[in-house]
Amino acid sequence: MSAVLEDKAGAQPPTTYDTQPDRYVHWRLSIDGETATLSMDVNEDKGLKPGYKLKLNSYDLGVDIELYDALNRIRFEHPQVKCVVITSAKERMFCSGANIYMLGLSSHAWKVNFCKFTNETRNGIEDSSRHDGLKFLAAVNGTVAGGGYELALACDEILMIDDRSSTVSLPEVPLLGVLPGTGGLTRLTDKRKVRRDLADVFCSTSEGVRADRAKQWKLVDEVAKPQQFGDAIKARVAALVAQSGRAGSGKGIALAPLSRMIDGAGYHYSHVDVGIDRNARTATITVSAPEAAQPKDLPGIHATGAQWWPLMMARELDDAILMLRTNDLDIGMWILQTRGTADEVLSCDATMKDLADNWFVRETLGMLRRALARLDVSSRTLFAIVDAQSCFAGTLAEFLLAADRSFMLQTPDDEAQAPAIVLTDMNFGTLPMVNGVSRLANRFCNEPQPVADARAQIGNKIGADAALALGLVTFAPDDIDWSEEVRLAIEERTSLSPDALTGLEANLRFTGPETMETRIFARLSAWQNWIFNRPNAVGEKGALKVFGTGSKPKFNWERV
Amino acid sequence: MSINYSERIPNNVDLANDRTLQRALEHWQPRFLQWWKEMGPHDSARADVYLRTAVGVDAQGWASYGAVKMPDYRWGIFLADQIPDRTIGFGDHFGEPVWQHVPGELRSQFRRIIVTQGDTEPASVEQQQRLGLTCPSLYDLRNLFQVNVEEGRHLWAMVYLLHAHFGRDGREEAEELLARHSGDVDKPRILGTFNEPISDWLSFFMFTYFTDRDGKFQLKSLAESGFDPLARTCHFMLTEEAHHMFVGETGVGRVVKRTLEVMKEIGSDDPVAVRNRGAVDLPTIQRYMNFWFTSSLDLFGSEVSSNAASSFANGIKGRPDETQYEDHVCSDAAYELETPQGRESVSLRNAMNEVMRGSYIKDCELGLKRWNMAIQRAGYDARLSLPSARFRRSIGAWVNVPTDPAGQPVSRDEYERRMPEWIPGESDRAFVHSLMQRVVEPGKMAGWIAPPDRGVNNLPVDYEYVKLN
Repeated sequence: MSAVLEDKAGAQPPTTYDTQPDRYVHWRLSIDGETATLSMDVNEDKGLKPGYKLKLNSYDLGVDIELYDALNRIRFEHPQVKCVVITSAKERMFCSGANIYMLGLSSHAWKVNFCKFTNETRNGIEDSSRHDGLKFLAAVNGTVAGGGYELALACDEILMIDDRSSTVSLPEVPLLGVLPGTGGLTRLTDKRKVRRDLADVFCSTSEGVRADRAKQWKLVDEVAKPQQFGDAIKARVAALVAQSGRAGSGKGIALAPLSRMIDGAGYHYSHVDVGIDRNARTATITVSAPEAAQPKDLPGIHATGAQWWPLMMARELDDAILMLRTNDLDIGMWILQTRGTADEVLSCDATMKDLADNWFVRETLGMLRRALARLDVSSRTLFAIVDAQSCFAGTLAEFLLAADRSFMLQTPDDEAQAPAIVLTDMNFGTLPMVNGVSRLANRFCNEPQPVADARAQIGNKIGADAALALGLVTFAPDDIDWSEEVRLAIEERTSLSPDALTGLEANLRFTGPETMETRIFARLSAWQNWIFNRPNAVGEKGALKVFGTGSKPKFNWERV
Repeated sequence: MSINYSERIPNNVDLANDRTLQRALEHWQPRFLQWWKEMGPHDSARADVYLRTAVGVDAQGWASYGAVKMPDYRWGIFLADQIPDRTIGFGDHFGEPVWQHVPGELRSQFRRIIVTQGDTEPASVEQQQRLGLTCPSLYDLRNLFQVNVEEGRHLWAMVYLLHAHFGRDGREEAEELLARHSGDVDKPRILGTFNEPISDWLSFFMFTYFTDRDGKFQLKSLAESGFDPLARTCHFMLTEEAHHMFVGETGVGRVVKRTLEVMKEIGSDDPVAVRNRGAVDLPTIQRYMNFWFTSSLDLFGSEVSSNAASSFANGIKGRPDETQYEDHVCSDAAYELETPQGRESVSLRNAMNEVMRGSYIKDCELGLKRWNMAIQRAGYDARLSLPSARFRRSIGAWVNVPTDPAGQPVSRDEYERRMPEWIPGESDRAFVHSLMQRVVEPGKMAGWIAPPDRGVNNLPVDYEYVKLN
């Protein structure tokens, strides 16, 4: 076995998430009217890292980066598409899931980051279906296993080929000694309502079940024989198109490559800047309000396209989060700052509210929603700093509400320097977290009164005292104490156990009732990550390590 | 339907007293007969065929001859005699007593391997369904039917294991073995090669020589298994499989012999002239060989395989003739593999498919030596040869690497352009098909094949092996 994969940017260039359709090597995207078809055709020699072959349509991060990109292309560049068919270009093999050799070679952190990203992409599929009416059909045209089935589970419907040979399985437990970690367990029960004893049998049977039983157990929605499979796809697509709430037409919005500069100081974009302090192990993420006035009508917005501030900012934020998560593991704290003029943000928020029926505005809100949701599940401490130049208004106030703690500057002697927070409708449900509630309501554990008090202040400039009183910020040191207070808080925080902090933050960030997504990120991921760390999976004789060598894993039989 | 078991189903597994098996077979046996009726040899139900039936595993028992109508054939269930105190001969369980019951943790792996093996048996019967209509002689027709009923019995053997050791899942898999059909678009057989129809006798002989020989090696490796009933079942199946090899080797040999006779008669080895006299020219035989050899090589799987490693480590599937090796554990051993990127050292356990493929290729060479001897004796310089194992592969490291039959890399363009020189093209197939005229007069042979040296079971060649009725 070769060395553990490198996680850290060092001698090697950082891993990026950049791609575009003409550079895909694993997926084919084709558009036919209201239907987009995404065909998985993994090139086994084009793994992202050396040391493994992506056989049998198995995937690594590189394959999923293309999938994520393709989904965004469909969302923005092909507004007429109402239904996406996810299928395979390989014969009798839909997808065999995450590549096991890749997992065996990867460090714990790489595995967790990989799973998180793939989870977010699959959640994004459901997010687009739920909010924006883009429907998904998994056309399972061959054997499907593990992560392949989990991808299918994220679709609205699963149509499976019944050729008496192809099987569907979640073989992680019996074969690999780990869990189906991309939402498989959760979606079986929460989404598909598979009876739990049947789910137990299914998840501990390595060879899986054929189509007839898969249908019987509700693992798939429909089955069709090979000769009828093409017609069955057409019929299901027609039904899903009819359900679609998507009403885009005309030219799409081309997603030009992001203008990103990478240097020793961090990652620099047009509206987002990431300044990394490697000694302090902090990254300061600065998000800026639009510099110039943004268009207020549809023709203007469409003409501005990918340059439109809300979209560009959301894409840059999304990329910055992914870059930091993948390449800067030891940067444990992200300090959230904002800059610019509140009026420009408020004007943009108003435009988005007015034109929310338009497909492009809807998709932009979706991009924002998903990028902010990424922030919520990032295993980094988030501190928001409301300083004199800050601009926590409307959409940008979400950063304040996403933070684990916030600090707001008081300037008793200089009213002009005093920062203010402004709330808009955007903060009251337009950009829900994955638990289905706004960050503001989530902050108050869904207690109605504080939310109502905050709502009464929509549009007003909220100073530090009022913000404290409303519970919108944690601390409000005055200008004399400010820099020392903030410095101490950051230094103290970054000295604590990173593991304990990840657990603490993940627990406190999601209050109130669970949803399928929170269960995936909490119950499923947490157990999976525990298992990933145990010798029974990753020890010298652990199941993941010995997979493929023929040797049997050697378990410590103690139940913990 | 009640069955008099010991009468209808010759066996040495105490079927008469085994209620589990009886219940399973009550359900399955009628379905098997129905399958045979629909998918077995075409238009053959009324014929009396001089067949060998196994009624026991000893020297007298395994070959009892007599004329029988195929639907009445007594498909039996036999395990080779148990070897007392047998121990597992390879892998991590080396030296431990063999298992008489499937270990729970290996249940699904064993089941998959038995199902995959079992699926090929009825598949080949289906592939050969219509061959009888163009038989070159009654002797050959009888051999075809013998092969067919024995493939049927091999299916029974695998179904026995599924019924006896795998519970409800096993019974379901046994039914699926009858539900999938060769070449059926909706429910194809598991392995691709077994979905191609065999529509001419040259292909049939090549199939029995090359593809059934893969079966022989699979059975040999399973005969080493730590699961004793599987090992004993496969051990006995090998005696029958040997007859299939015999049909293949003598079949190709007789085609070559006839070709040489024609070449001598016309005093030329010109393929067109040979064809004009109704025999198959040597280059065409070579092309058929290239086709069947390469597609049979794929059946062994990838050069580097985690399944192969796991099967070996867990005592499921050994190497053919495992005792000839010194190291039976192979936990640290390496294997040097030739890949398009150069030599690569891999764990021996992962390379077991390749080890087996190597033994298979050597075994294939033996028949070629005999055929070439005949060509040499006839005074010709031409020789038949096996193509390189790199040529025309659709599994493993050499997939998508265009080479000529000698294994030398060529451009994609040349590869596609010259393929008709290397494997049978449309005109070859059309020509071979044109020769396929039915000959059913006792003792008479079609013009493209020489008579066999001797008949079946010491009977003369002109014996009426099949009474068509």
